[in-house]
Amino acid sequence: MSELMKLKLAEARDALRAGQITSVELTDASLKAIDASKPLNAFVHDTSEIARAQAVAADERLLAGDAPNMCGLPIGIKDLFCTNGVPTQAASAILGGFKPQYESTVTEKLFNDGAVMVGKLNMDEFAMGSSNETSVYGDAINPWKVDSRDLTPGGSSGGSAAAVAAETCLAATGTDTGGSIRQPAAFTGITGIKPTYGRCSRWGIVAFASSLDQAGPIAKDVRDAAIMLEAMAGFDPKDSTSVNLPVPNFEAALTGDIRGKTIGIPKEYRVDGMPDELETLWANGTSMLRDAGAIIKDISLPHTKYALPAYYVIAPAEASSNLARYDGVRFGLRAKLDAGDGITEMYEKTRADGFGAEVKRRIMVGTYVLSAGFYDAYYNRARRVRALIKRDFEQVFSDGVDAILTPSTPSSAFGLGEMAAVDPVKMYLFDVFTVTVNLAGLPGISVPAGLDSKGLPLGLQLIGRPWEESELLNTAFALEKSLNFNAKPTQWWL
Amino acid sequence: MSIDTKTAARVAKLARIKVDEADLPALAQEFTNILGFIEQLNEVNVDGIEPMTSVTPQRLFRREDVVNDGNQQKAVLHNAPDAREGFFTVPMVVE
Repeated sequence: MSELMKLKLAEARDALRAGQITSVELTDASLKAIDASKPLNAFVHDTSEIARAQAVAADERLLAGDAPNMCGLPIGIKDLFCTNGVPTQAASAILGGFKPQYESTVTEKLFNDGAVMVGKLNMDEFAMGSSNETSVYGDAINPWKVDSRDLTPGGSSGGSAAAVAAETCLAATGTDTGGSIRQPAAFTGITGIKPTYGRCSRWGIVAFASSLDQAGPIAKDVRDAAIMLEAMAGFDPKDSTSVNLPVPNFEAALTGDIRGKTIGIPKEYRVDGMPDELETLWANGTSMLRDAGAIIKDISLPHTKYALPAYYVIAPAEASSNLARYDGVRFGLRAKLDAGDGITEMYEKTRADGFGAEVKRRIMVGTYVLSAGFYDAYYNRARRVRALIKRDFEQVFSDGVDAILTPSTPSSAFGLGEMAAVDPVKMYLFDVFTVTVNLAGLPGISVPAGLDSKGLPLGLQLIGRPWEESELLNTAFALEKSLNFNAKPTQWWL
Repeated sequence: MSIDTKTAARVAKLARIKVDEADLPALAQEFTNILGFIEQLNEVNVDGIEPMTSVTPQRLFRREDVVNDGNQQKAVLHNAPDAREGFFTVPMVVE
């Protein structure tokens, strides 16, 4: 594979600006690497023609000296982002053939900055899953492999994580409703940040659970994540929950100086059955932050264990409402109807044919918890518990904690198919450390911390105060420097 | 709480998802498992706590009440499985 794809986003940006390489060369290298990565099933829609045109335009801008950070850089786009005229299916059969006639705000911002879209990326159907196994395109495969088994890249942004870890594109967009950026980043040994709720516009991103969904970058390191997040973020009048705050220069915040910062270690994140090596990595990360001059403080987030059950009320409830739009009338699939079928049969057959098992399950659970007689007992109770979970965080932040260090996931990547036979609730447990952050609307970042005894990557998560992504990224930057993780998967797919 | 097949069928109907009779017992069992997991929430004391509507303490963004988009019939109908003469079409609803 071309040496060019080993570059980080920041290095490629600098090389482009210095005229050492062109976007056309870089894009070409990316498209070749994508072609060669078919066994990973990370890319699901070819946008090479668009990419080549964008690369030519980017090179002109670079020559003219008018080049924003992302200009000319080949990135992948999760299939959840509406891209004008380009298939956007949210990895679902029900959106088969859907070509949005508009551009999501996040992709528009990236393209306005000159970013090059080298393809659309695999994911769990409607972002509902933690293993990329609910996709209509089939499983995406983790580039990390230690035996004959194919491993999950995590989910729901599994294609994004696999593509970046395999160095087929320099970075990718992801979205995170309960951990869908941070968990796949951890499973593939790379970095992913979910910003504060309201930081990135949700406009044009296929909705799953609107009060939880946030977009963010999946990238090779903290600096790259900072650069791309800045390009994705910003107020958008088209999203009523987008917040009108200036977007800081995140990269400029990366000094690595965290002296005097207080890092909280929550005791509730030490869960039963957590592997020793994860415990060790967490302890190592803690000492590294201490050595870098941070003050370590034991903290308690007492409602942590209720985050997953609250999430599995709120997210399905919102999904059942959001996904009501897939009715076979305005876009996507309409089922074949029998003679005499009316509009109700059209809805029921279309939704039965178009949605996969996990999506149907969540829509129906959501329908149940919102139905008359259960709304208070389930939905309102979950929203009250959510308020308590948020209050736990507010309490520790007001006690002077600047960031919280936790593991990203309870284990490393598992084999594809291994969870198929178990209860869906078991799969939900993979989000145990990440889901609290979405419920509280906070920024969270996963950085690769080391390899477990099997040789698979594990991640550490840092959780920050709302709107303080700069400080969070800087703490992550300091941690990354100490961890010095630089393992890469062997390129078995070539 | 245990969910019976009758409740499972009612939920499927409300969600407008066709579920075959034969698949109802398995679906009911899945609901039972998931709701069992959710029921942990009953352990939490939520007295006096308001249900959260938004994580961000801000009023939803307002804009001028003016027409700021439109005349996009072609784009709106572009993805319709069956659009005719400028309309979405559906099976006959009224005789």
